[in-house]
Amino acid sequence: MSDKELNGAEIVIRCLQEEGVEVVFGYPGGSVLFIYDELFKQDKVKHVLVRHEQGAAHAADGYSRASNRIGVCLVTSGPGITNAVTGIATAYMDSIPMVILSGQVPTHYIGQDAFQECDAVGITRPCVKHNFLVRNVEDLATTFKKAFHIARTGRPGPVLIDIPKDVTTATCKFEYPAQVSMRSYSPVVRGHPGQIKKAVQLLTEAKRPVVYTGGGVILSDASAELLSLVKMLGFPCTNTLMGLGGFPGTDPQFLGMLGMHGTYQANMAMQNCDVLLAVGARFDDRVIGNPEHFGQVPRKIIHIDVDPSSIAKRVKVDVPIVGNVKDVLDDLLKTIRSGDAMPDPKALKEWWAQIDQWRARDCLAYNKAGNVIKPQWVIEKLYEVTGGDCFVTSDVGQHQMWAAQYFKFDKPRRWINSGGLGTMGFGLPSAMGVQFANPGQTVACVTGESSIQMCLQELSTCKQYRLPIKVINLNNRYMGMVRQWQQFFHGNRYSESYMDALPDFVKLAEGYGHRGIRIEKPEDVEPALREAFSRKDELVFMDFLTDQTENVFPMVPGGMGISEMILAEDL
Amino acid sequence: MRHIISILLENESGALSRVAGLFSARAYNIESLTVAPTEDASLSRMTLVTSGSDEVIEQITKQLNKLIDVVKVVDLSEAAHIERELMLIKVRAVGKDREEVKRMCDIFRGRILDVTDGTFTIEITGTGLKIDAFVEGLDKTLILETVRTGASGIGRGERILKI
Ligand SMILES: Cc1ncc(C[n+]2csc(CCOP(=O)(O)OP(=O)(O)O)c2C)c(N)n1
Repeated sequence: MSDKELNGAEIVIRCLQEEGVEVVFGYPGGSVLFIYDELFKQDKVKHVLVRHEQGAAHAADGYSRASNRIGVCLVTSGPGITNAVTGIATAYMDSIPMVILSGQVPTHYIGQDAFQECDAVGITRPCVKHNFLVRNVEDLATTFKKAFHIARTGRPGPVLIDIPKDVTTATCKFEYPAQVSMRSYSPVVRGHPGQIKKAVQLLTEAKRPVVYTGGGVILSDASAELLSLVKMLGFPCTNTLMGLGGFPGTDPQFLGMLGMHGTYQANMAMQNCDVLLAVGARFDDRVIGNPEHFGQVPRKIIHIDVDPSSIAKRVKVDVPIVGNVKDVLDDLLKTIRSGDAMPDPKALKEWWAQIDQWRARDCLAYNKAGNVIKPQWVIEKLYEVTGGDCFVTSDVGQHQMWAAQYFKFDKPRRWINSGGLGTMGFGLPSAMGVQFANPGQTVACVTGESSIQMCLQELSTCKQYRLPIKVINLNNRYMGMVRQWQQFFHGNRYSESYMDALPDFVKLAEGYGHRGIRIEKPEDVEPALREAFSRKDELVFMDFLTDQTENVFPMVPGGMGISEMILAEDL
Repeated sequence: MRHIISILLENESGALSRVAGLFSARAYNIESLTVAPTEDASLSRMTLVTSGSDEVIEQITKQLNKLIDVVKVVDLSEAAHIERELMLIKVRAVGKDREEVKRMCDIFRGRILDVTDGTFTIEITGTGLKIDAFVEGLDKTLILETVRTGASGIGRGERILKI
């Protein structure tokens, strides 16, 4: 430690440097001016100026999802932090490690309804893993150390540090703690050996097994272990919306996504299996539908999760294993390898034969005839044109489901979407974060004409930082997913789901200094994509006018059982 | 089923609101909640009375454990424990009611803390049920004011909640 005293703002920057933070997404304001002043004086931490604080939070989130490095955003007090809340809640629902720095009014003003005061800690409490209000400059460094530690360990999540303005001017000596220990926080890493043995026994005795994996596999970087395990056992594997890419999408043992818009084979296998290995997934309502219907079929469930509260929350579990997914899978593999029990090949063969029958329903088939662009077709072509070698972010709605269904993700951290909160507006700003985390790589943002308008201003950020994102706007002139529900469940009354007075997206993109293309015919889809993706250093906004009334199938209506699907062929 | 949950948590500003916020956000009910610092001033001890099915109680303890400020959680009602609550009650006490209230107070081993011409202020300690019984036993029209602390609990014998 040097004897020189630093002010709080300098300490903030030093802490970020110590944590190896390279990029901060932010937007300045009164309470963070001293921090911005220190940012200005150095060049280790790059600052990216967004156009709205929601964009800063989504960008930091996308950065984190696509890199497993902690995304950081910096916002001012009051409206700065309230604008960021949607982005924080989005990250929280998907367990994304992130650190949010918010300015606060000076400590002696807190509680006085000062200009731009808001109770940041109170307002974010339900949507952060933890938050801190730093009252003394002496506490800054330890708070940063704790915040980064908490964000990345256990079940990851966003952590907020609220920093009053006077704390950024007060001074003290700076030393970044080498370690942090908290008596109230020590997440479990290794699974219980007894539970692992029990799991292995169930797995090797299974006759109709399924491996069902979620975002936890991706968050703990456990794809390699998962692949080894599934290959060794010869089991079918399905991923949740958050888990796509955790298991290779092109692998013959992959059943596709499961859940509300999952494939027929994945949902049928899930319902009818006798042993279910759930890995880093949480049986949420969009995945298993009605838990009572799911419980009608007897099956043994092994559930691996780092968060004990995710286990036995919605379904009863026979073998709970609390631990870091990667470590637990590794232990499972070792235990199976060291024993000599393997699943009965004859039973597995029969099970695969059954699954192949379900597969033969070809539930993702759609009608390609006609002279209007099918949205599914655009995604298939996107996959072809990029050779699958592409990061894909999405917004929320039908386009999100089509991207999840028709793009085959072979690698983790390539599919970036807001699964838990379902935040429209996520796609474009998260793509910025993805691009910053992966310079030189291809990033596509699949969106809809309604979603894209929720954080459209970030096109300006993309211009400033020359982010060559490819925006795929599936423009059906409807809030398609809303319209689909209204068609099915509200007697075709399309209440307020039509998108009227749309902008000319080509001109709009051009207005921001980008290239825009409108595509109206099926035969123009592929050439347009080729043209756009060949432009390596330009953002291209592709406005695809798609079939207005296309629906997402299969579909499990809300409250129904997972195997009670509506298929395209039923209509 | 009614459960008494004991929590050791960091004595930090905001820790209480994290617990209270968890209960409201997840729609768990709170019958009562008491909290105060322990002999180690960096820790607070909270006793929380709630009710719910086994699954709900399991979730409650897991969710509490997840809070970063929470150091330890124990469901006291899982084993032998002692539970006490304190009530201060002010009653109208004139004429023959003075004797009657005094007698009730003796039966329940209460203490009269303050006396005026027209009122008694009484302290009663015991389980929630005992306190309920005392209130039930009084003529309702005499009760002027009551204040209850909510239950505090501790395990019996060698059962200790400490870090
Ligand atoms: C911020 C926000 N507001 C509202 C919703 C509800 N919602 C879900 S999907 C959807 C429609 C999305 O329309 P669009 O972006 O055009 O996509 P499409 O479904 O047509 O592909 C809406 C309004 C949401 N998910 N997020």
